[in-house]
Amino acid sequence: MAYVPLADQDHEHELHDPHTFITKYVWSQDHKVIAIQYGGTAILVGLVALGLSVMMRLQLGFPDTFSLIDPSSYYQAVTMHGMIMVVYLLTALFLGGFGNYLIPLMCGARDMVFPFLNMLSFWFYLLSVLILLSSFFVTGGPTGAGWTLYPPQTITPGTPGHETGILLMLISLGVFIVAFTMGGLNYVTTVLQARSRGLTMMRLPLSVWGILTATVLGLFAFPALLVSAIMMTFDLMLGTSFFMPAIMAAGEQLDYNGGSPILFQHLFWFFGHPEVYIVALPAFGLVSDVLSTHARKNIFGYRMMVWAIVAIGGLSFVVWAHHMYVSGMNPYFGFFFATTTLIIAVPTALKVYNWVLTLWEGDIRLNTPMLFAIGFIFTFIHGGLTGLFLGNVVIDLPLSDTYFVVAHFHMVMGVSPVLVVFAALYHWYPKMTGKMMNETLGKLHFWCTFLGTYAIYLPMHYLGFLGVPRRYYAMGSTDFIPESAQALNANITLAALFVATAQVLFFINVFWSLKNGKPSGGNPWGATTLEWQTPDTPPKHGNWGKDLPVVHRWAYDYSVPGYPQDFIPQNVAGDFGVSDDHDHDDAPAKHA
Amino acid sequence: MAIAVVLVLLVVGSVVFHFASPWWFTPLASNWGTIDFTINLTFWVTGAVFVAVNLFMAYCVYRFRHKAGHKAVYEPENAKLEIGLSAVTAVGVIAMLAPGLFVWATFVTVPEEATEYEVVGQQWQWSFRYPGNDGVLGTVDTRHISEANPFGINPEDPNGQDDILVKDPEMYLPVGKPVKALLRSKDVLHNYTVPQFRVKMDLVPGMVTYLWFTPTVVGSYDILCEELCGIGHHVMRGKVVVAEQADYDAWLSRQPTYAQLAGMSAPNAAAGQQQYAVCASCHGQQGEGNPALNAPKLNGLQSWYIERQLKYYQQGVRGAHPDDVYGRQMAPMASMLSTDEAVRNVAAYISQLPVTDAPATVSGNAANGMSIYNANCAACHGKDGKGSWATDAPNLVGMSDWYAYTQLNNFKAEIRGAHSDDDYGEQMVSMATAMRNEEQLNDVLSYINSLQ
Repeated sequence: MAYVPLADQDHEHELHDPHTFITKYVWSQDHKVIAIQYGGTAILVGLVALGLSVMMRLQLGFPDTFSLIDPSSYYQAVTMHGMIMVVYLLTALFLGGFGNYLIPLMCGARDMVFPFLNMLSFWFYLLSVLILLSSFFVTGGPTGAGWTLYPPQTITPGTPGHETGILLMLISLGVFIVAFTMGGLNYVTTVLQARSRGLTMMRLPLSVWGILTATVLGLFAFPALLVSAIMMTFDLMLGTSFFMPAIMAAGEQLDYNGGSPILFQHLFWFFGHPEVYIVALPAFGLVSDVLSTHARKNIFGYRMMVWAIVAIGGLSFVVWAHHMYVSGMNPYFGFFFATTTLIIAVPTALKVYNWVLTLWEGDIRLNTPMLFAIGFIFTFIHGGLTGLFLGNVVIDLPLSDTYFVVAHFHMVMGVSPVLVVFAALYHWYPKMTGKMMNETLGKLHFWCTFLGTYAIYLPMHYLGFLGVPRRYYAMGSTDFIPESAQALNANITLAALFVATAQVLFFINVFWSLKNGKPSGGNPWGATTLEWQTPDTPPKHGNWGKDLPVVHRWAYDYSVPGYPQDFIPQNVAGDFGVSDDHDHDDAPAKHA
Repeated sequence: MAIAVVLVLLVVGSVVFHFASPWWFTPLASNWGTIDFTINLTFWVTGAVFVAVNLFMAYCVYRFRHKAGHKAVYEPENAKLEIGLSAVTAVGVIAMLAPGLFVWATFVTVPEEATEYEVVGQQWQWSFRYPGNDGVLGTVDTRHISEANPFGINPEDPNGQDDILVKDPEMYLPVGKPVKALLRSKDVLHNYTVPQFRVKMDLVPGMVTYLWFTPTVVGSYDILCEELCGIGHHVMRGKVVVAEQADYDAWLSRQPTYAQLAGMSAPNAAAGQQQYAVCASCHGQQGEGNPALNAPKLNGLQSWYIERQLKYYQQGVRGAHPDDVYGRQMAPMASMLSTDEAVRNVAAYISQLPVTDAPATVSGNAANGMSIYNANCAACHGKDGKGSWATDAPNLVGMSDWYAYTQLNNFKAEIRGAHSDDDYGEQMVSMATAMRNEEQLNDVLSYINSLQ
């Protein structure tokens, strides 16, 4: 008797359909609804972080004009902006948002394999966000220790929020990690176990590869943050000395002895560096699919792209101390970590080459998602190259802790992933809503964001070359910083205000198109991957109707010679491109 | 189409910006030209890649943009090309990394002849210690730190007795001699940075870190803290003066040793009382102050604060600004104290006076003032407002509020604190901006009035 998976048995996929508004949209176990809950929450909390950055920029650009923040709230803004953007916006949006939406659809699954756990994941995430935001309303306010939370200052007087704010931050991170683990186990298991028939690993779209690898990184990396958060909580609440040596505070000797502040830094960056790739790898994946679709060309060098993702993911665990070259750790570590760090440049550069070579001899449609994707390549090249400065240990000596670092990481893990977020949102919005977004507004949004962010961050590198330190509420008087640096800072602030304001265009577009957008149909871009082949758009609960799709080819059969249209969906059989109808080997090279 | 043009413009614009930018490294003042060389090398390699890849991308976008009837070429991969590009990249990476590692090897190897000095960081001050004639720094421990022994020197250690202590945030180094800076923190992480020297390193409580360099250019350079260390991070400033050997020696000989400071006799308050007679004519017999003469209350202040302010007045650090009307009256009065001894004595006398009440003259929202105070002021002046020797912050409680009002406005207007030798006043210039307006200033003062 032919094997029929449980989910394909007729009576089965009806059973778990939600029937009430609450089960459909609130306590939903549908990965698509959870994705939108995750994404919406992440974007909302991201707007808080955007607001904080505006406050910081106003202080830096026009220190004598605006009366918005004092030194204490400046450092709180610095801290919360960084933590929210890295963890609560980007990690949550890429994995909880795009991961949730795309994994089951791209894998041809009906849902995540543990839908209830998936729902819990979102609610724990929301709880972590609420705990984090509640720190704005407690005595002393949120922690102002910097997003890196380096002890001892995190929990000593002299740092804003050193009592309640930091505790809420640590609890919130703990809850976030619980949420991430529940989601992450789901994503990994779903990719490994619930792929549709014929969908081998080497036929997965790069989006799935990026999200899968990032999730695995997260599952290994977040525990390091969790233990350091727990140990710091003990130092704070129970008076242990994990990270606390014998120190003074306001003329008094504190009751700590023997702990190591550098231990915390190792734990933090053992999480923190993979975290960079937890954000970057999904972006690499998503942008690959956007580029390929709109260039009407297969992603160039798919297998190398996959191995580059895996290699970068692996290497990301052995480079962490490049954040600590001037931390006072044994300086001999510098040799090792500079070498591993610069080795990462090779697979990363290969990815860039392959993106550009995907454009080569393509049939490029310059629509909004594609513009964002191309903008990403530009900003990522820029941010990647400046990473070669900071990774090369001696160059880090003058540049560490200056605005060069701020500019570098904003280019590489701020602007670049955000451009991918927009590329992806413009790209998959039609699938999520059944409506096209407005192209004119979208392009305007792109130009403002792309040019505006470059106007912010290109000059900022030069403040760093000059030696302007980061995390300064006010520069005060120095001999080496000329007056013109303040003028430059004012211009950077103007550009930042412009970019922040321009994001309104995106939100207008999202809501306007929901009502007035042209109906998109199921596959408006002519894309090959499975999510565009669903029977309904937006896909219904269970995604695939009665029968799961069967996959016959890799994810990138665009412009296959001899085929009448310029794409062949993965679930179409036939002797064209890289299909199983004439070759059961997954190696696309054989047909090149 | 537009995007191709814009990509080209951005590449050209970035290159133009680079060459036109007046913002570039400060002139080098140490032996670390090799670091600058590595940076320049990296700049040229990465710059070439930036230009080449982006221009190629712009070309692709232009050349292969969608045209009717056009179809993309089907080419899944090209192993030769990919391996070739990876190899070229690897060569470029090695070209940047190898010199970097060589330079790092010199950085981690301190030359034998380097002399040591110690940099001590605390929230939010620098101080320095030089080995005395024995050339050896005495041992230290956080447990020894007190008002009388701010460096925490082990009193039992003979090596520490002749250690030269510099409590000011200004230090000297001889030009042309390699030095090894030993870095120590009393409280949290800090970072010892002098941009012109290129090298920097964190100060980590519980351990001693180091860096070395040879200052090569005579001059005065800013010391910055570049590791976030609390709300005063941005005001943690110092200066390093690179001087000819003779000037350096002269400066060093003027600094006290640990033994000298520990053995200093207590000030003579009775002698101070004599000197105080002149002060009393304005500040009152009990130091209770006289608003009619714009003389603030003095009793309740710590002696070290009074001493420092008197010296500032004498040296023109304070009371020299043309808009500081009453400060300018005070300066000649302070100069009547002809010796350091006299200053110490009168300060000691004032600090012993019984504390009197100062009537409140401002009114504001004390609850609002409390939140501003606790967030910004308490870190140095204490939650109780009584100040601390550790942060060099004077007592605020029970003092003349009208005077505090004037001084805070003077800080904000840089009438006070802008002088480069007014180390703590400079911090107040920045911190006073925490009171963004008149109303907040009154709120904070009325909160301070409510403190006991």
